[in-house]
Amino acid sequence: MAETKTKTVRFEISRQDTPDSAPYTETFELDYRPNMNVISALMEIRRNPVTVDGKTTTPIAWDMNCLEEVCGACSMVINGKPRQSCTALIDQLEQPIRLSPMRTFPVVRDLQVDRSRMFDSLKKVKAWIPIDGTYNLGPGPRMPEKKRQWAYELSKCMTCGVCLEACPNVNSSSSFIGPSALSQVRLFNAHPTGEMNRSDRLNAIMGDGGLANCGNSQNCVQSCPKGIPLTTSIAALNRDTTLQSFRNFFGSDQV
Amino acid sequence: MAQNREFGNRRLHSLLGVVPIGLFLIFHLTVNFMATKGAETFNAAVHLIEFTPIKIVVEFVVIYLPLIFHAVYGIYIAFTAKNNLGRFSFFRNWMFFLQRISGIITLIFLIWHVYTTRIQAALGAEVNFDMMATIFSSPFMIAFYIVGLISTVFHFANGLWSFSVSWGLTVSPKSQKIMTYITLVVFLVLSYIGVRAIFAFV
Repeated sequence: MAETKTKTVRFEISRQDTPDSAPYTETFELDYRPNMNVISALMEIRRNPVTVDGKTTTPIAWDMNCLEEVCGACSMVINGKPRQSCTALIDQLEQPIRLSPMRTFPVVRDLQVDRSRMFDSLKKVKAWIPIDGTYNLGPGPRMPEKKRQWAYELSKCMTCGVCLEACPNVNSSSSFIGPSALSQVRLFNAHPTGEMNRSDRLNAIMGDGGLANCGNSQNCVQSCPKGIPLTTSIAALNRDTTLQSFRNFFGSDQV
Repeated sequence: MAQNREFGNRRLHSLLGVVPIGLFLIFHLTVNFMATKGAETFNAAVHLIEFTPIKIVVEFVVIYLPLIFHAVYGIYIAFTAKNNLGRFSFFRNWMFFLQRISGIITLIFLIWHVYTTRIQAALGAEVNFDMMATIFSSPFMIAFYIVGLISTVFHFANGLWSFSVSWGLTVSPKSQKIMTYITLVVFLVLSYIGVRAIFAFV
């Protein structure tokens, strides 16, 4: 253990004091401890916010919640790749470890970003199942177990924002809602009760900023920490919207 | 729904790239290939096309208008992307980037190509084997045409791949992968046909 004591971990962290101020970089060096992850290192820096030059600085701001890669809050760009900082183990990272916020989103402070646009998108595409009525509607249709298992994979989305950060078509000059909200449309359209509002969701993603903005770079499916088949969802929705546009245009039935 | 034009525009953009522009490209390259059988064969083929009924209308409906829409909307698409190959060097991200670059190169090539052939024809020049042979008398033009041709054919072949995704034909990852191989063959075959034709004029 004596030899690990001398080992250190070096961090180059992109910082930003306010949403509008210019970003700058600060370097920190910590003593290595076994099984460290990026969050425990950030907590260590928070305890003693002194840079490698010995300058005392403000503690770093970042978001976190579940610490087990299910909430999506702690996403940031680590060594160039957007991912969750809770599952970014120091032992598996190349040093110096470079941390920066996911700049596709508005930066609140340091590594903290505002992912509101993702939640707005979920509202836009009606990513829920409406079950409210003025009387008891009774039990809905059953979902086959096989389909449930398949749908479970799509339901793993934690709105972390990694796919939006990876997508070249999600940026300040486009209104693209991104892969995650699209895949949720496929999830809710696959549900036996959700299917009853299928056309509402398909028409929503056929609007501006919707499905058509996908440029098939397929970065999303390569980057998704949950391994969600995002591009398969997008292609499947392309097929669904093709048929929906025929239904809308020729007007045989509007459901 | 009035302002929701994007879906329709993107789908139209995708469709026009294959029908009619892609089909015209194949037709055009096929006619060019006649040059490998000699000047007379090529001139006879060109002569035959000149007898197309209401030729100017066909040209506008099948070629110019679709091409102008595809080009203008394509430039808009290309410039709304923020390429990130440095961070995500995946194969499909490369194709995404090259599709946009080849689109711009193809547009520059086509403007020059149409100016030196179709517009000159409208001004009274005769389109035949000799016209092309004169153009290809300069090595720079040969290089420029090869770059333009490869770029056009790539844009078409890769566009065929994204067409099949955008319309929901290839949904599963496996079908998309097989389509990658099919479009690769399309790229190689059309490139071969095109380059052979260029050297037939040299």
